[in-house]
Amino acid sequence: MMSSAWSWFVIIGTVVSLVAMLWLLFANRTTGGEEKTTGHTWDGIEELDSPLPMWWVWGFVITIVFAAIYLVYYPGLGNVEGVGNWSSQGQHDAEIAAHEDRFAPLYDRLGALSEAELIADRSAMQVGRRLFLNNCATCHGIGATGSFGFPDLTDAEWIWGDDFNAVKATIMNGRQAVMAPWGAALGDQGVTEVATYVRSLAGLEHDADVAEAGKARFNIFCVACHGADGKGNPMLGAPNLTNDLWLYGSSIEEISFTVRNGRSGYMPAFNDLLSEQQVHILAGYVRSLSAE
Amino acid sequence: MVDQPNYDFKVVRAFAVMTVVWGIVGMAVGLLLAGQMAWPALNFDIPWLSFGRLRPLHTNAVIFAFGGCALMASAFYAVQRTCQVPLISSKLAWFVFYGWQTVIVLAAITLPLGITTSKEYAELEWPIDILIAVVWVAFGIVFFGTIGKRKVEHIYVANWFFGALIIGVAVLHIFNSLALPVSMFKSYSAYAGAMDAMMQWWYGHNAVGFFLTAGFLGIMYYFVPKQAGRPVYSYRLSIVHFWALIAIYVWAGPHHLHYTSLPDWAQSLGMVMSLVLLAPSWGGMINGIMTLSGAWDKLRTDPIIKFLIVSISFYGMSTFEGPMMSIKTINALSHNTDWTIGHVHSGALGWVAMVSIGSMYHLLPIMFGRKAGEMYSVKLINLHFWLSTIGTVIYIASMWVNGLLQGLMWRATSIDGTLTYSFAEVVEASYPGYYARFIGGAIFFTGMLIMAYNVIQTAKGKTRDEAEAPATPLINRPVEA
Repeated sequence: MMSSAWSWFVIIGTVVSLVAMLWLLFANRTTGGEEKTTGHTWDGIEELDSPLPMWWVWGFVITIVFAAIYLVYYPGLGNVEGVGNWSSQGQHDAEIAAHEDRFAPLYDRLGALSEAELIADRSAMQVGRRLFLNNCATCHGIGATGSFGFPDLTDAEWIWGDDFNAVKATIMNGRQAVMAPWGAALGDQGVTEVATYVRSLAGLEHDADVAEAGKARFNIFCVACHGADGKGNPMLGAPNLTNDLWLYGSSIEEISFTVRNGRSGYMPAFNDLLSEQQVHILAGYVRSLSAE
Repeated sequence: MVDQPNYDFKVVRAFAVMTVVWGIVGMAVGLLLAGQMAWPALNFDIPWLSFGRLRPLHTNAVIFAFGGCALMASAFYAVQRTCQVPLISSKLAWFVFYGWQTVIVLAAITLPLGITTSKEYAELEWPIDILIAVVWVAFGIVFFGTIGKRKVEHIYVANWFFGALIIGVAVLHIFNSLALPVSMFKSYSAYAGAMDAMMQWWYGHNAVGFFLTAGFLGIMYYFVPKQAGRPVYSYRLSIVHFWALIAIYVWAGPHHLHYTSLPDWAQSLGMVMSLVLLAPSWGGMINGIMTLSGAWDKLRTDPIIKFLIVSISFYGMSTFEGPMMSIKTINALSHNTDWTIGHVHSGALGWVAMVSIGSMYHLLPIMFGRKAGEMYSVKLINLHFWLSTIGTVIYIASMWVNGLLQGLMWRATSIDGTLTYSFAEVVEASYPGYYARFIGGAIFFTGMLIMAYNVIQTAKGKTRDEAEAPATPLINRPVEA
């Protein structure tokens, strides 16, 4: 809400401008006539003194009248709210309320289903798929197969826990995954050794002696999050290093980069965008992707 | 003319030639961008060629380099001829020329490097902004100084519009660009939040209003009666629509910010004033078309007249479309879609470029010591006309289709209340429009290359042997035995 002085400034400016347009039109309505020139000549160019086309004048007047009516009904003249009592916030709230009323029965039904029931329910899976395409596909891909840095949701690994409620929590509140940078602590040689050991955990080609050296370092620096056996810890979002699923690549260079510089994974929270029931359905859909 | 004063046409010639040069450069960048939309790999993974950096280069090059040079050439030309005096200072006029070219070159360097204020159509950083202000004031001094020394009593209507352009753009540029510099290449806007958005679109929309509308109406008011050899249709209409146009345009900016955090009252005012703007805009169209009335026979033989009449038609169409798009209900569908791109290009290609091209074809031969419109080849002008018209129509039609498609797909909801289409599906559906837009743009661009060839040949003093009447349709050709 602006001060009343600014409000009057807006009101007076608007009204004066519109009235001035009407004055301009009617002050110029009579002329010498279509055939006559004004007598001015510039560089051989003359001007006729034709009257204003009346269809144009009335068109102009209609828009001004429309403006006046609109500004009486809608907010526009400074702080004057308008007799229609309209506001963009009000329009938004009314549309949301109407939407929620209309779809409440559907979401009430689907929101009460268990994970297994959701996956078996055809309409739940259709709703879930559309929610996924509109909210999740940007990062995880239309097929939910992820990409570099964005987890594949169709595989069997659940970094934050193989559990329906863990997936719901991930969607509702988001996740912040942090892998600390170890380059300074390990040194170049140490980074290579650890990366080689990590490859050995997954059964990838490696130099056994270098991996053996890396194991000792792994047990000091990495074990806290990834565990002694390298199987990770879903409480911390620390990935399992013993399978063939790699969020940031499995080459010696890529693993070395991860160990040296760390990684930061960010999943945004959707609790402001989606209702709890929608998250429930979405979690069911996401779980269904790897259920087959 | 017997007592023709010693007009200063060299600087006009420089601006006119650079109009063609920058037109080709700006549209080439546009064509590359249209290509990138259809085939994203065309950015070659080079940061300087990425869409986000080249897009402002394209807009700055076509608006301020191509359009700006056309305006300065026309203003400096028309003001001398309609005031019957040479420019008050040749040196200052050349300063305007070299200053403006420097601004353009600096834009072409800094924008691809990613140096930007991120304000649309005002992306250039503060040192360049200051140079623009200085050059623009010099432009104003030369122009108004020449008006002040005029030998005719009244000021011709084209000069009112050029004058509005100079004063309007000076005020808009200076106030929108107020910023706090933190280094040579970085500054922060003096305004914050919704107020910054309001300032930006007050500027942005009036860049359209005073630069692309008022300025080019100035061009129309000189070159249309001149090329048609007809008197201006209505002096009264020019008075009324001039004052109404400049009084109402400044209110229209908020229609770029419908359903945002801009206060509701400002959005409403922006919308109704945009609707009131329809009649003042059309006043110029009526005056232009009615001036040509009585010279319709010239449409058969004079492709320059064709350029002018079609440009006025596109002007009328886009100034009708604009107020419609400012209506909140329609804007809710059209905003952020390709419809906006189509609207802009029906104005930019159909109106601004075509009226400039037509006027340059009138002006350039004079600059090379010939009679008005006496280019190397009239047939090539005619070919250019058809390429421009067809290219523009393909361009805007494809963007209309894309805009409606995007607006409708984005808002489509399923029976469960979720959005029917994901964003990527809408992008996928837009591809045919992107291909068509590239084709339309390529056709328009080809016309510009033909113009360049025609201008070069004209400058060399050549005339193509074209015995047959160039633009006479078959139906009107005399029957040969």
